[in-house]
Amino acid sequence: MNNTWKVINEAGLHFFGKMNASISHEIKNVLAIINENAGLLEDLSGMADQDVPVDPARLKSIAGKIQQQVHRADVIVKNMNILAHSIDEQVKKVDPGELLVFMATLSKRLASMKGISFEPVMSENSPEIVTNPFLLETMLWRCLEFVMKAAGAEKTIEVSVQPNGQGIDINFTGLKVFGEKQSPSFPGEAEHALAGALGAKIAFNAEAEKIILSLPLKMQAAEPSG
Amino acid sequence: MRVLLIDDEKELVSTLAERLSFRGIEADWVCSGKEALKKIEEKIYDVAVVDIKMPKIGGIQLKRMIADKYPDMKFIFMTGHGSEEDFRVGSEEAGEQFYLVKPVAIEELVKKMKQALDG
Repeated sequence: MNNTWKVINEAGLHFFGKMNASISHEIKNVLAIINENAGLLEDLSGMADQDVPVDPARLKSIAGKIQQQVHRADVIVKNMNILAHSIDEQVKKVDPGELLVFMATLSKRLASMKGISFEPVMSENSPEIVTNPFLLETMLWRCLEFVMKAAGAEKTIEVSVQPNGQGIDINFTGLKVFGEKQSPSFPGEAEHALAGALGAKIAFNAEAEKIILSLPLKMQAAEPSG
Repeated sequence: MRVLLIDDEKELVSTLAERLSFRGIEADWVCSGKEALKKIEEKIYDVAVVDIKMPKIGGIQLKRMIADKYPDMKFIFMTGHGSEEDFRVGSEEAGEQFYLVKPVAIEELVKKMKQALDG
């Protein structure tokens, strides 16, 4: 394995681990809420045993809350499953808009911890692309992770997809203004390695306060150099 | 015992507060560090049960912000995360026995609250 693929694999593992930790945290929260509501039912049934009247509407409301949490967990696990299966195929047709919404959803909890929200903006005429889904997810995560640190005062990052003639551009807009001496080291080694593997170009435009990730319509399955 | 529950999961803290009331414990709840800071200004609490991971102001940061002003207030940390780093920091701040991983059994939580006050 050459050094570039080593960097790519490490970035992929880091992304996968981070997402799994976040997902497991969310599932733990869901379990905690279900646990408290089950405990509340137990408390109320204990009261009923001691002839304290319990309103059936109250029980119905608790059951509804448990069902809401089961639904929430179902969505979380479905996303986890989609992420896990994204490594199944090396090259696949992908709707970049859908993938962007998926990544924004996966990153939502981590972003909200920093008080940041992502706003995906879809273009109706954005074409599907043929690419490596997991590498693209990893690349999108690297971009989202950076913009979480570099978000401007609005704390809202707009993520959009638009055709650029040869492929598509994914824009991350709403970054803070960096002074000349503050310019961050982005894109770094991992982003350059991923871009090479995806046949993509990545540019951090400090003046426009945005990142532009340009992807070809069809990824060339070539070994990145290095 | 006056308790403040702080967690960004509203359904968790509201239900927990109700269950504590059945056990004779007066518990208020809020869903952010910012709301907690306001609540603490309004009322004196003996124990704060705080989620470590919350948007903007996490549990550890909250404790560091108020510990000097309210030295008698005891802290119990809850987390769904359970990473080694969280455990290390949480244990350093509140003591290993006052670091709980969700889901938490209510009788265990009540026991920890009493221990915190006795200690």
